[in-house]
Amino acid sequence: MTCRRAMVCRVIKPIIEAILLVAEAPVSVADLVKIFDGDVSPEELSTVLSELIAEYRDRSFQLIEIAEGYRFATRPEHADWIKRFLKLERRATLSRPALETLSIIAYKQPTTKAEIEAIRGVDSSAVLKTLLDRRLIKIIGRKKVVGRPMLYASTQKFLEYFGLRQISDLPSLKQILEETGGQVDDATLSLFRDQEHPDS
Amino acid sequence: MTYSVKLDLYEGPLDLLLCLIRKNEIDIYDIPIAEIAEQYLDHLALMQMLNLDVAGDFFVMAATLILIKSRMLLPTSPESEETLDQDGGEDPRADLVRQLLEYEAYRKAAQELRDRELAYEDVFWKEQLATSSLLGEEELLEVSLFDLMEAFQSVLRRLGARQPHEIFPEEITVIEKITFILDQLEHSGRISFSSLFSGSASKLEIIATLLALLELIKLRTVRALQSREFGEIYISKAA
Repeated sequence: MTCRRAMVCRVIKPIIEAILLVAEAPVSVADLVKIFDGDVSPEELSTVLSELIAEYRDRSFQLIEIAEGYRFATRPEHADWIKRFLKLERRATLSRPALETLSIIAYKQPTTKAEIEAIRGVDSSAVLKTLLDRRLIKIIGRKKVVGRPMLYASTQKFLEYFGLRQISDLPSLKQILEETGGQVDDATLSLFRDQEHPDS
Repeated sequence: MTYSVKLDLYEGPLDLLLCLIRKNEIDIYDIPIAEIAEQYLDHLALMQMLNLDVAGDFFVMAATLILIKSRMLLPTSPESEETLDQDGGEDPRADLVRQLLEYEAYRKAAQELRDRELAYEDVFWKEQLATSSLLGEEELLEVSLFDLMEAFQSVLRRLGARQPHEIFPEEITVIEKITFILDQLEHSGRISFSSLFSGSASKLEIIATLLALLELIKLRTVRALQSREFGEIYISKAA
């Protein structure tokens, strides 16, 4: 797709590039619409951003689409040098219980501790606390049932951490089951019908 | 002296069951319950022998397995079997199978996340500086009376640690404290629950402050908010 108003795009492209350089969080199309006072359409902005992504394909760093926005990022092959520069140790990866809990929250959000524990079959309080501390999940309210339990949902940081543009980038549970399980009956699939297209 | 070791051998009862099912190459829709229950109990016994910290959840599952096993042994009359088969769900194992399949799906989803985690481990970007104003972008949650009482308890605990010095009668009224809270809010917009009590010397004063706060919340003049469970509670003017 090319830009309809070539002139406008030529003007805004370097501006967007400069904004991306200083941004500390992913810059969304909506952010940019606001910056240009609505004079530039979201479609035009998306086109310019795709062009930029393509232009950076041959550069030493990349422009990526992540967490509902765009940001500059390094390339994996330079990881060792960057870690040395930032004095970073190996990042502690998440434990299996943490990942399990996160995946349940990602697909069923908003969800409660009781619902998570019903699926995992084990107490999940400590895991939830860790995930809250790492800001991968957040509490978005209380469920209007007895006891008013906290409702958990995934965060922007979750998307960044796993390199996702949005929650619906995750494969559906149905897909996951079919890929690996092979034999899945209709009754089982109906279990996951609600979660075929996870929304944020 | 005994030493207890906590190994992440199995995440939980479902994990152990899935391991057994896979190891025995069993069709998950047709689990030989007697056999699996036996192996499951053997594992539990082994875990206890190794002095592993076996959580109660493991025993709940053991009981469930035995219950299913006993139901399987009960004879069903031919005609009831037919009607039950039409319902499709009356196999005593059905609930367990559903639970196992659901758990397995999320476990695979978790693996998917692990792959992504590793793929992005070596990609870096400019991190948000930690200087953004306190609570700036956090989403706030209404706190319940229970949360307030919890926070109040910790204020009292802190006070309890202090040495008493001189005792003299004080006249502190709730009205005074209401004015105090409103003044503070006027001044700084949002104040933390604990800072309300930082200047308080006596239990009486603290209680007056709490009553004042509760009154203001009741009148919907102020709101109490918190960004996460057990986090600091903040007081702000009601919009």
